[in-house]
Amino acid sequence: MSSYAPEELLACAIARLIGDAAHVAVGAASPIPASACELLRAQHGGRPRLSLMHQRKANPYTEGSRELFDLAGQGRIDVFFLGGAQIDGEANINLVGTGEYPAVAARFPGSFGSGFMYFAAKRTILFREEHSQRVLVPKVDFISAPGWSPPDVWRRGGPQALVTGKAIFAWQQEPRRFRLESVHPGHTLSDIRENTGFVFDCPANVPKTQAPFAAELAVLRGPVATKIAENYPAFAQRVWQN
Amino acid sequence: MSLPSNETRFLASADEIAAAIADGAFVAMPPDYSLVAMEVVRALVRRNARGLRLLGVPQLGLCADLLIGAGCVTEVETSAVSLGEAGLAPRFTEAAQSGTLKVKDATCPLVHGGLQAAEKGVPFMPSRGVIGSDLARHREDWKTIQNPLSQTPDPIVLARAIEPDVALFHARWADRAGNVWIGRRRELATIAHASKVCYVTYEEMRDGDMLEDELLAPGVVSSVYVSGVAQAERGAWPLGVIDLYPIDDAHLQLYAKAARTQAGFERYLDEFVRTGRTARLRDRAAHR
Repeated sequence: MSSYAPEELLACAIARLIGDAAHVAVGAASPIPASACELLRAQHGGRPRLSLMHQRKANPYTEGSRELFDLAGQGRIDVFFLGGAQIDGEANINLVGTGEYPAVAARFPGSFGSGFMYFAAKRTILFREEHSQRVLVPKVDFISAPGWSPPDVWRRGGPQALVTGKAIFAWQQEPRRFRLESVHPGHTLSDIRENTGFVFDCPANVPKTQAPFAAELAVLRGPVATKIAENYPAFAQRVWQN
Repeated sequence: MSLPSNETRFLASADEIAAAIADGAFVAMPPDYSLVAMEVVRALVRRNARGLRLLGVPQLGLCADLLIGAGCVTEVETSAVSLGEAGLAPRFTEAAQSGTLKVKDATCPLVHGGLQAAEKGVPFMPSRGVIGSDLARHREDWKTIQNPLSQTPDPIVLARAIEPDVALFHARWADRAGNVWIGRRRELATIAHASKVCYVTYEEMRDGDMLEDELLAPGVVSSVYVSGVAQAERGAWPLGVIDLYPIDDAHLQLYAKAARTQAGFERYLDEFVRTGRTARLRDRAAHR
């Protein structure tokens, strides 16, 4: 049995969720989604195109930091990633703070481009490693970006799935709820129930999240680790001692 | 709004730029991965600037955390304040939680859009998205209207033009004509265009007029927008200048740790901002 880091499992799981896509964009501080994309690119001859906002060398953008949003506005971004200090059962995300805004109890960095990208990218994969009642709440204290919009409001895309350190949920537009898709090895359904603050659908038999294959691990630890170290040195050092 | 056609002044130092930025000014600054005029930020702390309002284009990092911790800032308008891989911006976090700092929360494309409106001299810029967020609920300068060109219901958000008093950034080169070279960091051109005045530190003075060089010209902000320049070698440190020196990740980690408490932050200022040792330490770190 091969052993792997939790980050490697998550990168492989996210790569499977991305699946077939022409253009994936990755925003701030997202080394695991970036690793997932680099894994796909190494396996599929450079597809999908990856636009990494904070790429230090050979950055894909020449129109400054607005270009990502212009690309997304035009429909040129297939997959994007968002996190959340809080994520609720309607897929709303909060990147601002807890408590009664603007008098926040805990302040987080801010909404970044989420209020736009969640609408404009064709698919968004929500990703947050911490799986707790603190993060996965019944209702977010502040909506940085809503998980769904009324029919009259322009919206090209929305949530596809929510990936945490314990499980994967698929988003269902109808009914407007998450469905538990798989539980990561080492975790149990009761563990998930105990640590999830929102109501979700659950099939009778919940599969285990597919563990990384040896071939995937080899690619992650080889070319992907080298690539990721360029932009996320602390992460690469921690996971791959690279 | 009417903006001046500038004649670039050549200033002696980053401290002279800091002296030219008035207390209470609304200052537009780039994020840590762009070209940040950190030497001016340190000079603003040294001159004890007060009441600054910072605009993050579209977000802020170390520069804002230093100025907030040093008590120079009353308000930030930004999509986020973060130290990236080094984590939360500790002085920002504490000031926002204690209520001493007003945060006008934005989202990136509406910051860009508001500045682009100012560039064009029009009152607002429409944007998709945002509807249904609490950002839209709290921003009185954003307005949702029916798309006037559509026959069917189509709400759309307008962001009021953003007109900073000062654009502040660092550049690879300046020339004797007062042009500065920022390469692909076009958000810097946008803030230079949208702001009343624009101050720039630069690494090196370049011979000749960069607008006469077809390869350089697309990366130039022309002197018509530039109010003043001053040389600051390694002026972005501990942030980077592409192809010259990388971001000093170890120093950012050191800062993030020191600034967890106000006392640690004060010690950081004494060591790296308030004393003459700054330049020496910076050079040593940058040449490592």
